[in-house]
Amino acid sequence: MAIIPVDRRPLSFAERTYLPQIISGLSTTWKRLVAPKETLEYPEQRPEIPANYRGVPTLVKDPHGREKCVSCQLCEFVCPPKAIRITPGDIPADSENAHVEKAPKEFEIDMLRCIFCGLCQEVCPEEAIWLQKQYSMTGYTRAEMVNDKQRLYELGGTLPDDHFKWDRKKEAEEAAAQGGHH
Amino acid sequence: MDLSIYFNLPLWLRLAIQGAAVIAVLFPIAAACSMAERKISAWIQGRPGPNRTVPPFLAGIPIIVPILQNLGLFQLAADGGKFVFKEDPIPGHVNKLYFVLAPILSMIPALTTISVVPFGAYFDKAGELVPIILANVDVGLLAVFAVASLGVYAIILAGWASNSKYPFLGAVRASAQLISYELSMTLSVLPVFLWVNVPGGMGTLSLFDVVQSQSQPGLWGGMWYVFLMPVSAFVFLVALFAETNRLPFDMAECEADLVGGFHTEYGAFKWSLFFVAEYCHMIVGSAVFVLLFLGGWNPLPWIPLSMVSDWLSLGDNPVLLGALATVLFIGKVLFFIFFFMWVRWTLPRFRYDQVMKIGWQKLLPLSIGNLVFYAVVIALLERF
Repeated sequence: MAIIPVDRRPLSFAERTYLPQIISGLSTTWKRLVAPKETLEYPEQRPEIPANYRGVPTLVKDPHGREKCVSCQLCEFVCPPKAIRITPGDIPADSENAHVEKAPKEFEIDMLRCIFCGLCQEVCPEEAIWLQKQYSMTGYTRAEMVNDKQRLYELGGTLPDDHFKWDRKKEAEEAAAQGGHH
Repeated sequence: MDLSIYFNLPLWLRLAIQGAAVIAVLFPIAAACSMAERKISAWIQGRPGPNRTVPPFLAGIPIIVPILQNLGLFQLAADGGKFVFKEDPIPGHVNKLYFVLAPILSMIPALTTISVVPFGAYFDKAGELVPIILANVDVGLLAVFAVASLGVYAIILAGWASNSKYPFLGAVRASAQLISYELSMTLSVLPVFLWVNVPGGMGTLSLFDVVQSQSQPGLWGGMWYVFLMPVSAFVFLVALFAETNRLPFDMAECEADLVGGFHTEYGAFKWSLFFVAEYCHMIVGSAVFVLLFLGGWNPLPWIPLSMVSDWLSLGDNPVLLGALATVLFIGKVLFFIFFFMWVRWTLPRFRYDQVMKIGWQKLLPLSIGNLVFYAVVIALLERF
């Protein structure tokens, strides 16, 4: 390996007085002084949340207004801090969504336990649970920090759906019942 | 304006009123410096600084209150109130008497030095320029130096009475640093007084006379001494930073290696007294610099106050002219306070050995050489 001697020239007289460096330093700090401030004045100004942000987990509905969760409980099982509690329930026979297997009777996410890992979203076969843009959760009691099913749907809203999996399944079954093939 | 009521008061009462008035201006400026320090630190770091605090009963008032709120003035009041009312514990291991005495002692020289510093001037009925000053004494600068150096005793006392190692180290450093830089500081102003005290004239160390000698007509008469003696001004300024324990020379505090230095064991009001005293020292030090090298209350070099008073025909209005002179002077002093804070965020702290090296091996020879140079030049000017 080649040895490269680094040429360290001795400091000039001006450099040894520190003065040129001090003056250039003062001009640098002056530029910072008059430059616009970097601070985001938080409660009035909000940060711009990127589209793939993983905030508070929420439940979503499909464009027809059907709750997408079928209470398979995969998220409950995968959740590392055990923040999710699901009570499975049936869909009444007279509902227009009766062709869907199940729906949660109760769905609770304890935000004091949640670690925002996103495993629930990753594991969900129905794309029903999403970590969305909300980043700030506050409450005065422990009970307030548990999101129940109603609150989860309020936070989640409606997301677009490409598949309409259950509707297609129903159409296919009906076509089969009429003797066609699918 | 009839001021005869005031001048008919007994002398001691007038002096007491004047002294109280000066302290009533100096103390709030020193306190406001702490907020200025926080704001300027913030701006240089790209932050807005404290701008939220507002008392609820004032919150609705438009324009003026938001401006004060943005400047952090309510924060200042809240901080001051906190310092007064919070618990002020005295640690068990300290020497109580001296521990309590130290912050009080630090205030005394800080507030005393202002009495010999003129901060304005006006024309009396005879057309003579009269300084606005508490005690117009001939020893002026000597008194400032003598009393200002007493400030370090408060630091030494605080460090020693705290009876723990970091405050003690801070106090030792403060005394060593003060001795090193006091010499260069005193030597650096001697050329100014050599220049002022022409042979045959009356010998003086008065700061007012220094400003007077910068207010004469002509190229040499109107020149501020910062142009005539730049090396003196530079040495004085550097020594001033060291004397007031400001960065890059804040060896006495040096929070990186000494926790808090001499004030480690202090809290609440006693702590804040130390800092008001430090800012008072900065104000008086800047005032002396402005008087010696920047023409005092003269607005610009070669444009003395008397010229301005002729333009505005304020010669027969002592109150307005005095106010104008004082505002000009305080403006220059406040610029220097800003400069202190600006330098704080520009330069890193020197190491202790570097401080000693700069003091003894660089500044002291420089100021001695400077003194010899000007003594020879002045002698030659006298001869030819």
